[in-house]
Amino acid sequence: MSHHTIDVDALGFTYPDGTCALDGVSFHIGHGESIALVGANGAGKSTLLMHLNGLLSPCSGTVGIGGTPVTKGTLPDIRKTVGMVFQDPDDQLFMPTVLEDVSFGPANLGLPEADVLRRATEALDRVGALKLKDRPPYRLSGGEKRAVSIATVLAMNPSVLVMDEPSSNLDPRARRRLIELLATFEHTKIIATHDLDLALDLCERTIVLHEGRVVADGATREIFTDDALLEASALERPAGLRVCPECGNAAGGTSGAAYT
Amino acid sequence: MSTLEQGLYELGRLDQAACADTPVHRLDPRAKVITTLVFIVCIVSFGKYDVLPMLPFMVFPIALASEGGLSFGLIGKRLLIAAPFAVFVGIFNPLLDREIVAHIGSIAISGGWVSYASILARFVLTVSAALVLIGTTRFNDVVLALQRIGMPEVLATQLLLLYRYIFVLAEEVMRMSRARTLRSFGDRGMGMRVYIQMLGQLLLRTFARAERIYAAMLGRGFTGQVRSGRRLVFTARDAVFILGWCGAFLAFRLLNIPLLLGSVVMRLGS
Repeated sequence: MSHHTIDVDALGFTYPDGTCALDGVSFHIGHGESIALVGANGAGKSTLLMHLNGLLSPCSGTVGIGGTPVTKGTLPDIRKTVGMVFQDPDDQLFMPTVLEDVSFGPANLGLPEADVLRRATEALDRVGALKLKDRPPYRLSGGEKRAVSIATVLAMNPSVLVMDEPSSNLDPRARRRLIELLATFEHTKIIATHDLDLALDLCERTIVLHEGRVVADGATREIFTDDALLEASALERPAGLRVCPECGNAAGGTSGAAYT
Repeated sequence: MSTLEQGLYELGRLDQAACADTPVHRLDPRAKVITTLVFIVCIVSFGKYDVLPMLPFMVFPIALASEGGLSFGLIGKRLLIAAPFAVFVGIFNPLLDREIVAHIGSIAISGGWVSYASILARFVLTVSAALVLIGTTRFNDVVLALQRIGMPEVLATQLLLLYRYIFVLAEEVMRMSRARTLRSFGDRGMGMRVYIQMLGQLLLRTFARAERIYAAMLGRGFTGQVRSGRRLVFTARDAVFILGWCGAFLAFRLLNIPLLLGSVVMRLGS
């Protein structure tokens, strides 16, 4: 893998209805980093993610993936590099069966059929959903849908994984399994989430968005213990970092192990 | 369960029936689609007052349904759902066309009644054949078969997406209507005005979802063509199926079999 870095520089975006969603967002993400993107509803997280694979084009500023600027001409390459998992699996899974859905991306890359099948099978196996391959997506449970959505993106062999609320609507066990699965990925990851405990488990670095601006960018643990910052960004300290009501110690504060 | 939920469940049942494994299910979808198309063309080519010559065609849906493990209740119920359309299409025929064409005993039968009966017979035959096709072939295979026969790719993609999202859309409607019922009391809130607004809402939500789906497709390299790795295998069995049935349809269409049978019986009797 070459340098799969993400460079966002002074990115601004205003929706046609006049809503200013992003206002001068800048950051650099290095190869293999795992980043949590947090912020209140409407802070601009999803809008930012859509810029990373060119689904939206900036009104001002630039986005670069691995040194290549995201423009109309580079879109096919960018989309091969950046795999995006959407928030609602029903939007992501549009083909009649699970296997066909996972094959959709590789087939569009123009791979020979045997390779398409191999990649799809491997991706499904990776997320533990191989047994679902002949099922139609509308007959899957929420957790299964999420796993398959991730497989659809993995099958394209992306270097960067972008996820929008991966743990929303999952039961605790499915959520735990998802976290374990994501922890095994070596891709550069950007995870937009309200699940700060997930962020704490998976991401060493966190970017906080508030009203379209980056208000903090740093080590996850430091950000999540900065109560003034969290309060100003309409967030709350995750359960894993709250003070234990029994003994008065901050959970995970000494051992460094996150609450599970 | 509301009627909508019932409807969704019913649609799901036909979909599940299509995933069964019987000799009929194993036929190449193209064989079934072509045979069903020929069947429908034969039926609609009958004259306005033909009723009896159509009856032998009933063999096709009945044979396929029983071989394919579809219960008659499953098909019959869906026929009834579609029935109001056919019932109303011809309902004025008996009033408009009063010319007497036949007598049964002392009762005079007008041309309108005969043509009405003909419309109903056509409806039962064509719709049940289509239902049997859907009940014995997965929907995406039907679409694939149509595409191989020459249906434009764009239409095929649309049909696939339509079928995929019927379930999602219906669930959305269900959630909206539940939310409304829970906050409506008596007739308040259940009126036409709210209904129209909800329809508008639903349309806008559909647009938004369509945009998200399209984004997801673009994200995975969609360039306007859905490449499916699915293979169809056309065997001798499928050829026999097409030729056999189409031969039978041709015979049914060209010879008035009930009439022939009738005259044979009469001759034997005399």
